[in-house]
Amino acid sequence: MEDSAKSHDNLQSAGGGGVVDKQFLTAPVKSAVDKFQLLPEFLKVRGLVKQHLESFNYFIRTEIKKIVRANNVVKSRYDPNVYIRYTDVWVGRPSEVVDGVTDTLTPQKCRLGDKTYAAPIFVNIEYCNGSDSRTMMKKEVVIGRMPIMLRSLSCVLHGKDEDELAKLGECPLDPGGYFVVKGNEKVILIQEQLSKNRIIIDSDKKGCVQASVMSSTAMTKSKTIIRMEKEKIYLILNAFTSKVPIMVVLKAMGMETDQEVVQMLGRDPQYASLLLPSIEDCATFGVYTQHQALDFLEKKRKKSMSRFGKDEGALGVLRDIFIPNIPVRENNFHLKCVYVVVMVRRMMDAILNEDAMDDKDYVGNKRLELSGQLLALLFEDLFKSMNDTIKMAVDKILSKASRSSRFDISQHILKDNITNGLERSLSTGNWDVSRFKMHRKGITQIVTRLSFIGAFGSMTKISPQFEKSRKVSGPRALQPSQWGMLCPCDTPEGEACGLVKNLALMTHVTTDEEEGPIISLCYCLGVEDLSLLSGEELHSPDSFLVILNGLILGKHRRPQLFANGMRKLRRAGKVGDFVSIYVHEKQRCVYIASDGGRVCRPLVIADKGVSRIKHHHMKELKDGVRNFDSFLRDGLLEYLDVNEENNALIALYEGEATSETTHIEIEPFTILGACAGLIPYPHHNQSPRNTYQCAMGKQAMGNIAHNQLTRMDTLIYLLVYPQRPLLTTRTIELVGYDKLGAGQNATVAVMSYSGYDIEDAIVMNKSSLDRGFGRCIVMKKMSAVYQKYDHVSDQIVSPRKSQHDPEKIQILDNDGLASPGEIIRHQDIYLQKDCPVDPKTKSHPSQAQYRTSRQTYKGAEGEPAVVDRVALCSDKKQNLIVKFMIRHTRRPEVGDKFSSRHGQKGVCGTIIQQEDFPFSERGICPDLIMNPHGFPSRMTVGKMIELLGSKAGVSCGKFHYGSAFGEPSGHADKVEDISETLVKHGFCYNGKDFLYSGITGTPLQAYIFMGPIYYQKLKHMVLDKMHARGMGPRQLITRQPTEGRSRNGGLRVGEMERDCLIAYGTSNLIYERLMISSDPFEVQVCRKCGLLGYINHQTKSRMCSACKNGDNISAMKLPYACKLLFQELQSMNIVPRLQLDDSG
Amino acid sequence: MPKIPLSDLPVLPQNHLPLHILLQKTRVSCNNDAPTNTEDIIYSGAYAAMGVDNSLRLDEFRKNFKVKVIKLSEEDMEFDLIGIDASIANAFRRILISELPTMAIEKVLVANSSSVVQDEVLAHRLGLIPIQVDPRLFEYMSENDVPNEKNTIVFKLHFKCERKSGERRTVYSHDLKWLPSGSEYMLPTENSSDPSSKPKTYTSFTSSQDSLPEFLNNPITVTPGIIITKLGPGQEIELEAHAVKGLGQTHAKWSPVATAWYRMLPEVILPRDIIGEAAQKLVNKCPVKVFDIEDMGDGVKRATVARPRACTLCRECIREPGWENKVELRRVRDHFIFTIESTGAMPPEVLFTEAVQILEDKCERVITVLS
Repeated sequence: MEDSAKSHDNLQSAGGGGVVDKQFLTAPVKSAVDKFQLLPEFLKVRGLVKQHLESFNYFIRTEIKKIVRANNVVKSRYDPNVYIRYTDVWVGRPSEVVDGVTDTLTPQKCRLGDKTYAAPIFVNIEYCNGSDSRTMMKKEVVIGRMPIMLRSLSCVLHGKDEDELAKLGECPLDPGGYFVVKGNEKVILIQEQLSKNRIIIDSDKKGCVQASVMSSTAMTKSKTIIRMEKEKIYLILNAFTSKVPIMVVLKAMGMETDQEVVQMLGRDPQYASLLLPSIEDCATFGVYTQHQALDFLEKKRKKSMSRFGKDEGALGVLRDIFIPNIPVRENNFHLKCVYVVVMVRRMMDAILNEDAMDDKDYVGNKRLELSGQLLALLFEDLFKSMNDTIKMAVDKILSKASRSSRFDISQHILKDNITNGLERSLSTGNWDVSRFKMHRKGITQIVTRLSFIGAFGSMTKISPQFEKSRKVSGPRALQPSQWGMLCPCDTPEGEACGLVKNLALMTHVTTDEEEGPIISLCYCLGVEDLSLLSGEELHSPDSFLVILNGLILGKHRRPQLFANGMRKLRRAGKVGDFVSIYVHEKQRCVYIASDGGRVCRPLVIADKGVSRIKHHHMKELKDGVRNFDSFLRDGLLEYLDVNEENNALIALYEGEATSETTHIEIEPFTILGACAGLIPYPHHNQSPRNTYQCAMGKQAMGNIAHNQLTRMDTLIYLLVYPQRPLLTTRTIELVGYDKLGAGQNATVAVMSYSGYDIEDAIVMNKSSLDRGFGRCIVMKKMSAVYQKYDHVSDQIVSPRKSQHDPEKIQILDNDGLASPGEIIRHQDIYLQKDCPVDPKTKSHPSQAQYRTSRQTYKGAEGEPAVVDRVALCSDKKQNLIVKFMIRHTRRPEVGDKFSSRHGQKGVCGTIIQQEDFPFSERGICPDLIMNPHGFPSRMTVGKMIELLGSKAGVSCGKFHYGSAFGEPSGHADKVEDISETLVKHGFCYNGKDFLYSGITGTPLQAYIFMGPIYYQKLKHMVLDKMHARGMGPRQLITRQPTEGRSRNGGLRVGEMERDCLIAYGTSNLIYERLMISSDPFEVQVCRKCGLLGYINHQTKSRMCSACKNGDNISAMKLPYACKLLFQELQSMNIVPRLQLDDSG
Repeated sequence: MPKIPLSDLPVLPQNHLPLHILLQKTRVSCNNDAPTNTEDIIYSGAYAAMGVDNSLRLDEFRKNFKVKVIKLSEEDMEFDLIGIDASIANAFRRILISELPTMAIEKVLVANSSSVVQDEVLAHRLGLIPIQVDPRLFEYMSENDVPNEKNTIVFKLHFKCERKSGERRTVYSHDLKWLPSGSEYMLPTENSSDPSSKPKTYTSFTSSQDSLPEFLNNPITVTPGIIITKLGPGQEIELEAHAVKGLGQTHAKWSPVATAWYRMLPEVILPRDIIGEAAQKLVNKCPVKVFDIEDMGDGVKRATVARPRACTLCRECIREPGWENKVELRRVRDHFIFTIESTGAMPPEVLFTEAVQILEDKCERVITVLS
């Protein structure tokens, strides 16, 4: 890294040396500090998937203890002296218990052995078995096993260096952040949600303005809506059967006088007049006192809502379900009233002024739910159910009069519930938490291991809250607030476009932080406590409200001073790094946020436009004296979340900073994510092209991981000779794509050739393919189980030589398994075992009867594959599992899909001998030819620059860079410099070469744009897709040909094709396609009754079963499906009759 | 255009072409935007109107045709073919690439391989190693042939990286050992009922190859120093590689050349004298130093074309507007600078004579078929 930085400095000085800018010379010295070094440091400290790890660590360290503490007592209903109290909880190291021996687990062991990488959850308990016995303690009781995120604090990989990781069979470049469940790598997708506990003003479908709060506390989750409908304001809450006038609610909470409400709302008569209809409405109901109001509400209350066991009427609802995030202490509803009034006021603001409406798509209004939070939800639910089951079991025993054995409550702790619950949710992705009415599907996903970068992709993917079918553009559009937080390029095409997003390179997602210290700090800094304020003072024009995580703390008269003070404390490390302080001028509020799920990113702090990071800081970083954290600690850097960014003026470069500038970006290319970061010069491309490449980069073949050859995934695509791109970007180096590339540098000539290159097809050089270009390895896993039954089990046997087709079993070893290294062909048997004829037999295994069972390999015919590895392991039920990896090496063929890194995909159109290919003056012959028509409409200028840059790179022997927006900071080589290098090495400045035709031998009549471009081979290959059939299998019931390639099905003449044939009048062709070649069937039809008869083959006579004779039977041809239809109709009491006529 | 009576038109000199047409015929002009006059004018009557016969004459060809060897080493060779048509020069190039036979490893019998490199990939890599043997001493092996000493060369590779060494070891191409008496691996016998029958190997050599006079004192080797694979501690490779004769058009491994190509002789013309500062500018422009400065006396400096052969056609000298008229870049159409880079199987000069031989054979075949 150091070297590359040095060379960059040189490059900059060389580039700037050409022209002397007088203005530049006279300008005050403001030399830009190369802050790039911060990035690798950031990634070293935070990693690319740090958000997942941090969230999981928080759960393991803090959250789990909170959950257990909140539910720490399990008491019997009958005897309060019988109880369990959890005194402590912690998660151990990943391990498994086999035959009573505890064995540490490693992730690779789990992947190969189909195990779950999980660690025991230990608790210390204190329990009592009744009044007569004393309290006892037990330490380290296992209550379940928690799946462990790889590289988290509890993982064995944590803090290991490269060598140690290699010893554990782990790839050092693998980012971690996922789980291994039953051998599958599962990642919990980041879930995007609307902020919890925040007032959101928007309008409903009818256009009514509403203020809604999604409340979420440890106890309850509820949604509160205050809506203006026909000029009256109502509360909509699930606990009430219908909408409730807001004034009634306020009265029920003790604000009996209307004046109090109006005062609290503010002096401005506009608000009072908007509230007037509601006040009148309340009067018409005759509700004046708190008591009346409660009675009114009681009538509207849903009676079934007694989840908490105790029913405390409408007041209880208002206390516990109505905005529960506002605490009510000793039935003092003052805080809640203030909150409601603030909601109403904000809503009225929106009515008076459209601009005050909140934007739901604004990233600051969103929270990202990460694995830790999701697991916490699940664990809480499972822990509570476990406690319930303990309670029930104990109650059941205690309710019995006489007990036979000694009662011990600690024996009733079951660990399977939690273990299985967690495992099931992780492996299916279904999050069913009935306690919170949560039924979500697709939370987890298998880590895509098609390519190294694909795995990164699944780790940074954010799945949306909305269903994908909604045809709205709002949430799909690129939000300005996404800048630097979410990648603007990386989103799928099609239905999820714009909804599924990906994190940018430097994004960090916060975890929850303790509120208590912040609250007391706020009061110290001069916030006036809300409970001490009268209603009138609340909205006095000279003060701002201070709101922490949606909770109104009070007000402050000098908000800017307060905010600056808080920020200073944060920079000094007195408050958490991720606490955001945001002064909202329009709403006259200071928002302080310390909750989890906010996205934020680091920025360099600037004082009056002067960066705090100086050259000596960077030097210290290079010397290893500093690291990223020390930059944070010393107040040189800080994290800003989306809201606080609104209070900052961020300069892109140090040189652009003015005196108002408060922050400076670290590097502009960090606004892209890991996938988009692979594209060289993305800022020169048309934007959708970058999006296409983001999707395709995940399908590119190459290296998956350093441990790719020891993995046993179902499908692995590898490139035989992967290369690192000649034109790299900084992101490529940061994520390690240069070590695990997925493509090859192909010399491309942009010209038309042979006509087999239309529609983006590419023409390939046969000799290049002979020499290994685009060669790939496809490995497929096949597995088989040796099942164990009650008394007998499947058995390993030596294959008998005297079999009918010894050809097919020749690759089998003595144990009936194909041996590694053997060539396996279509229809070869790769496993032969003995299965008991009757699995339920009770006879001794040696006496049981067995039959031979084999498994045959179904691959492409004429394509020999090789048995790469055979692995044996056992599953949960101790059955023996055999896994075979079948390897197939392929060279590119016509129809295989390739793509450059600029969303320019194309299939191989034809393969041409090298001697027919054009060659240059230096004897260079291209590897592939691309049609120039690919450029004008796609506008992928970046690809052209890539070609130039790579060409300069190979001629001067230095990797060139093309990071996004990198030209000003020297992370991308300028075209001028590239051209200069080209000329220095005798090439034309524009990259066009003088080529000779390989066919005629004469020069071509144009200069050809030729040079290396990094090409990716995509996983779509003809061998896996090509399909044709003549005769073949048919479906059982309709006797029509089967469907689909996997079933060797026919190719359907569909409705539209049929229409064409009809229009064409080719009746015989229709007849042939739809009947003769499909399902012809001869039926016997009775001319008299029109029903189907039959032939009695013994008597050779034809009969009609309805007429009971065979006099009027005719034979005719029908599609079998037609005959089937007649019979099915008959079975439903509909008689279809055929009327036959002599054909004329 | 003013009307000129037919009689007033200048009389075209018969029997030789006017200069601009001659230029078109013999030179490719490389302009800034695109090269022009690239096509050969082959038709014998192309200049009949001017009384010039464009047909190819053998005696003239004999008189004009020249071959000049510029550079010759073990591996590569650069020579000039002067006075020949592009189609013929191209034919030699094409034959060199794809129609000259060599020996290359085609079959690999892997007895044991615990290296991380997959067997197919290993075989592919072995196949691309050039074998330094004259293929003319061998015959092609057709489908029904049994491998014998006339059509097959067998190599052995047995390499083991000791577990205790603790280091990775590299397997090079020179670790391949020639087995002059054929394969050492036994064919799996179907019926061992006849113990007297000699066990068969994968090849049926009747005599050892090293008894042949050609190989008596120079054993067959492969190009050394090519990395085949790397082995970790405890890994081992044991295999036999069978090389056969083949053509480059079947697979690039049988191509005897790394590449063979030609370029037309560059010709750089300065139509007008370029003197003074402009001359220095021109000299500085060229990255390959085609131009030089000549002192004309009196301090007048004139640009001259010193090394036209070095021109790579970067067009840097004519890039600036206006310079296209001052410098003309051309290619001589019948002067080819031919380069052959041999893989090492045969010396390049032999390759070229072989290529000529093949073209000759082809022509003869055509003639016999035609007559």
